[in-house]
Amino acid sequence: MTEQPILALEGLRTEFATGQGAPVVAVNDLSLTLKRGETLCIVGESGCGKSLTALSILRLLPRPYGRIGGGRVLLEGRDLAQATDAEMRQIRGRAISMIFQEPMTSLNPVLTIGRQIAETVMVHEGLDWTACMGRALEMLRQVRIPEPERRLHEYPHQLSGGMRQRVMIAMALACRPRVLLADEPTTALDVTIQAQILDLVRDLQAETGAAVILITHDLGVVAEMADRVLVMYAGHKVEEGSVEEIFDAPAHPYTQGLMQAMPHLGSGEHRSRLNEIAGVVPALNARPPGCSFAPRCGLATDRCRQEMPPLTGLGGTHMAACWAAGGSQA
Amino acid sequence: MGSYIARRILATLPVLGVVAVIVFLLLRLSPGDPAAIIAGDHATADDIAQIRRELGLDRPLLEQFILWLGQLLSGDFGNSIYLDRPVLGLIAERVEPTLALSLTTMAFAILLAIPAGVVAAWRAGSWVDQAFMALSVLAFSVPVFLIGYGLVMGLSLGLDILPVQGFVSLWDDPLGFAAHLVLPTVALGLVYTALLARITRATMLETLNEDFIRTARAKGLAEPRVLILHALKNASVPIVTTIGTGIALLIGGVVVTESVFAIPGIGRLTIDAVLQRDYPVIQGVILVIAGIYVFVNLAIDLTYSLLDPRIRY
Ligand SMILES: Nc1ncnc2c1ncn2[C@@H]1O[C@H](COP(=O)(O)OP(=O)(O)OP(=O)(O)O)[C@@H](O)[C@H]1O
Ligand SMILES: [Mg+2]
Repeated sequence: MTEQPILALEGLRTEFATGQGAPVVAVNDLSLTLKRGETLCIVGESGCGKSLTALSILRLLPRPYGRIGGGRVLLEGRDLAQATDAEMRQIRGRAISMIFQEPMTSLNPVLTIGRQIAETVMVHEGLDWTACMGRALEMLRQVRIPEPERRLHEYPHQLSGGMRQRVMIAMALACRPRVLLADEPTTALDVTIQAQILDLVRDLQAETGAAVILITHDLGVVAEMADRVLVMYAGHKVEEGSVEEIFDAPAHPYTQGLMQAMPHLGSGEHRSRLNEIAGVVPALNARPPGCSFAPRCGLATDRCRQEMPPLTGLGGTHMAACWAAGGSQA
Repeated sequence: MGSYIARRILATLPVLGVVAVIVFLLLRLSPGDPAAIIAGDHATADDIAQIRRELGLDRPLLEQFILWLGQLLSGDFGNSIYLDRPVLGLIAERVEPTLALSLTTMAFAILLAIPAGVVAAWRAGSWVDQAFMALSVLAFSVPVFLIGYGLVMGLSLGLDILPVQGFVSLWDDPLGFAAHLVLPTVALGLVYTALLARITRATMLETLNEDFIRTARAKGLAEPRVLILHALKNASVPIVTTIGTGIALLIGGVVVTESVFAIPGIGRLTIDAVLQRDYPVIQGVILVIAGIYVFVNLAIDLTYSLLDPRIRY
């Protein structure tokens, strides 16, 4: 018997209610598993549903229209999609934490850093305030913020973007969560700071044994951090595999496109984004009946335009949803 | 911070100076000779000239102003023409009802409006939100005196629960004091409640969409903590500004309310003084009110820096 995954999504469907008729579906039939201590990278262009996947796990979808429309979110076998609000509050920040893309706006501007870290500890562990502030100080040290005693009493606007992201990480890890959801934690930062933050995440992950879902645009980050990779396109999982499988033999034309769009390491333009594949992700309410990628795909056939290709195993843990990839036998 | 406060206090001096000049000119340039008013209907020209000399009205304007300012600074606001008593004493006698009504009105508005605005923003679009906002439009569009007379007729005359009119001092009868304040407070307070609730809802709605609110929820905080500590504290600057503006706007409403409910406060004193052209009293009231305005504004400005650490001076 295999080890039970710490987190698993089974057929997750995330949708937005609309005034009239059927809801629009932003994440469709998404499944994934995350093992203890593992790093799973979710890649894909802007708008393909990466953030909504992470927010669905914590049930923090934009209110009042966003909702989980189907599927299960299993934390050690327990379905969070069915948990009560009170149960979810116990899980957020304690079993599963999240850090966000925008360190400039994700911290509360009118509360001190120390207070924002300490209140997480207080809510979940019920320690007295002095002990919580003590933990906050310890966390600031762990994320290698210089002069932590002074920073504890400062406000977010007194810190640089990189420092604020360290504070976010300190806050997320203060209660030793088993799962960390990191939604593009370095996209808003300078290249040199990016590398430092990623190193920090990796070190703390090794120390605490947390499993990480890292959302990113940047295949360079994936190559550096991932154990496994999940490629999303227009709300669907289109390819999944170990980092070697994906980089050695990308099977889906979309993944191949992402690889070609990736600047070669050392070529200087490290930060270029992935939007160099011609065309754009179709809008939520205008997704074609067949493969969502067909309108942008050089290999698309009539079948691709009419029938959605299923996910098909390609050997090992590798799978892809493409008629041209492993799907020829179907 | 200390030097900031000092600078702000200094900055109020020009404002107070301009007010003093205007108030001074009000008397000298207004139609009708104050000396003639004081002298009464049957005075001779000599009597009037005598009074002019006593009041110093025959001297050059600048000299009069300096003398008058000197008296003000030593606490002498002159005497009422009709009652022949010091203006400051008259104002002091009338301060309690007005102060009490202003404070209960603001407290009423704040205690009702902020929770209502927060809940409306939290559940924006729900029936609770729609009901609150419809009520606030209603409260906002009905004039104070209509609400006042409506309450007087409906509650006091019809049901005989609360005293209709008048005022009782807190020191004489605390219960009577409270009972007399209920109706005027509601009449005067509804407009401010409506205004403040709408501002609270609007700023909270904006704040609740901020990324840091999502962060607070992602930490597992309960909604009351998210709403009050994380959202309301961020939304507080516009809310406090509105409270300050409300205090300034209150003065006009107080005059009307005191008339409707026959409350012997500053509002009534002002109306009587205007009708009798009792210039020293009018001047005194304007000066005191202007002083309160300036003080409230100063207090509000200083509050900002306590509420938002990004505001530094
Ligand atoms: N509040 C909302 N209401 C309606 N649609 C939304 C809302 N939030 C997101 N969407 C839509 O859902 C889709 C997926 O959004 P999501 O934020 O998950 O994308 P993403 O993959 O994280 O993109 P990015 O890389 O830009 O962060 C997008 O097409 C977006 O327009
Ligand atoms: Mg995103």
